[in-house]
Amino acid sequence: MASSIPASVPADAAAVGAVGGRVGRRTRRLAIMGGLFVAGLLAVAAAAPWLAPQDPVRQSLRARLSAPTLEGSDGKAHPLGTDHLGRDVLSRTVYGARVSLTVGFAAVIIGGLVGAGLGIAAGYRGGWLDTAVMTVADAQLAFPFILLAIGIIAVLGPSFPTLIVVIGLSGWPGYARVLRAQVLVLRSREFVDAIHALGGTVVRVVGRHILPNVLSSLVVIGTLELARSIVLEATLSFLGLGIQPPTPSWGGMVQEGREYLDTAWWISTFPGLVLMLTSVAVSRTGDWLRDLLDPTLRGE
Amino acid sequence: MRAVAVFLAARLARALVAVWLVSTVVFVVMRLSGDPVPLLLPPDAPRSEYERVARELGTDRPLPVQYGVFLGNALRGDFGRSIHFREPAVRVVVGYLPATAELGLTAFALALLIAIPIGLLSAVRRNSLVDQAAMAAALVGQSAPTFFVGILLILIVSLKAGWLPTSGRGDWTHLVLPAVTLGAFAMASIARLTRSAMLEVLRADYVRTARAKGLREQVVVIKHALRNAAIPIVTITGLQFGTLLGGAVVTETVFAWPGIGRLAIQSIYNRDYPVVQCVVFLSALLFIVINLTVELIYGVLDPRIRPR
Repeated sequence: MASSIPASVPADAAAVGAVGGRVGRRTRRLAIMGGLFVAGLLAVAAAAPWLAPQDPVRQSLRARLSAPTLEGSDGKAHPLGTDHLGRDVLSRTVYGARVSLTVGFAAVIIGGLVGAGLGIAAGYRGGWLDTAVMTVADAQLAFPFILLAIGIIAVLGPSFPTLIVVIGLSGWPGYARVLRAQVLVLRSREFVDAIHALGGTVVRVVGRHILPNVLSSLVVIGTLELARSIVLEATLSFLGLGIQPPTPSWGGMVQEGREYLDTAWWISTFPGLVLMLTSVAVSRTGDWLRDLLDPTLRGE
Repeated sequence: MRAVAVFLAARLARALVAVWLVSTVVFVVMRLSGDPVPLLLPPDAPRSEYERVARELGTDRPLPVQYGVFLGNALRGDFGRSIHFREPAVRVVVGYLPATAELGLTAFALALLIAIPIGLLSAVRRNSLVDQAAMAAALVGQSAPTFFVGILLILIVSLKAGWLPTSGRGDWTHLVLPAVTLGAFAMASIARLTRSAMLEVLRADYVRTARAKGLREQVVVIKHALRNAAIPIVTITGLQFGTLLGGAVVTETVFAWPGIGRLAIQSIYNRDYPVVQCVVFLSALLFIVINLTVELIYGVLDPRIRPR
């Protein structure tokens, strides 16, 4: 948000003054559970072809809108039921993890590269570059990105690469602002002048000395951005602007099940719950990493 | 006094740059969408007819000229004619604005009325069961996807319990679920912030002094602590109001609420680009104006932040 907001009020005072205490331990336990959940999800996504009991896009007229059952009318188990085309909800949810995580991680990498690159350049070079980068970052932060994303995707047409680039670019100002501020402080330190005096190049200073110093912030922002990217992908897919059918995505599945909410609640509910759990788990892990690695980021 | 003027000018300049950047992005996106002329003509229209419409729309002129004309038109609030509704895009969008305003203001009021007392209680009864439950709920509320919150509410409150209607606009019962859905994120954020701002203030010396004087706890909490915790709460609250605009797109779609967010999504499906651009532009403008107002109010409330 706007830079004039004082960062003096911690976003979550629970852990302050309670580090290592009862509450601190609980926070850590929750974060470890969150981390384990994400690791499990990654494993599920990687092993989807072996884990999913059925083909996620295979339709079966006989087994349409089947409630969760271990013995469906097509003789197969559908532990989470089937959708309006008779596709297995469990299998689709498992494959949906692939889409969510692929888009999420790819978007974080794009946003991170652009944001960190511009942020470090702005902080290191200063001058007009700094002004230009920060003006654009503030302008982008100044309005609801989802509207812009909708406009761009509407014109370019929804596709996997477009989605990743749009979601990735939606996150760059977050990295840029934090890294710029840190680099600004780092570059005025004596060791930078010393390296320059010894003939070290800018590339060497940034690569060997600045980057390692801002790495922990990068990891923290990246984790929080991952949660945001996954939710944004699901939201766009829900609106019909993200992953297109028949490819299973959590947001798209919630959308498909909307019409049948009254009679077949399981179509929307299960993928939605997994999405919600993922989002909570990833952002909890991010909060915990922030408290652990870089408590100064709290105000952001 | 001069410092205040400089502060105002700098903020205003930044807001203007933001509006200009947004309108430029809108223009570029519009040009990327290709030639709008064939959309307006029957497929078998003769060449002369095409040229007439192109001249009318100005698409036959060089791009820089078009950009200048576009900026001029946008400043006057002219985004062209809606292809679907066959009237000026601005008039269409303005017609849908009251529904969004109603939903947004209700969501916002609801968020405040629920979040501030909860945050207060959580801070006063720190680490109690109430505090832990409220903060756990707030954490989930902050990371839960808006559209799924809406779907869950429809499923549980409307379909299973049958208490409230599932969608559409009508009497106040139609407003409850969309307002809760839209306000959920703001509610969670404001509750967490109120709690941490209160915890900060409750540690302060003047609070200890007030207690030592023998004042009743309610007086200490409300008059001494809450007043001083109010400034950060006001700021974040104001900024949350702007964020609600983005959430409106999703919430209105989920609940078939006839506001500008749903209009934007439907216009995309209708390929009605003038309306989409108008919604994007107006929302950005509204958002920037709200943020600017909040920052100005904040500058008045708290002199410490002015120089920057």
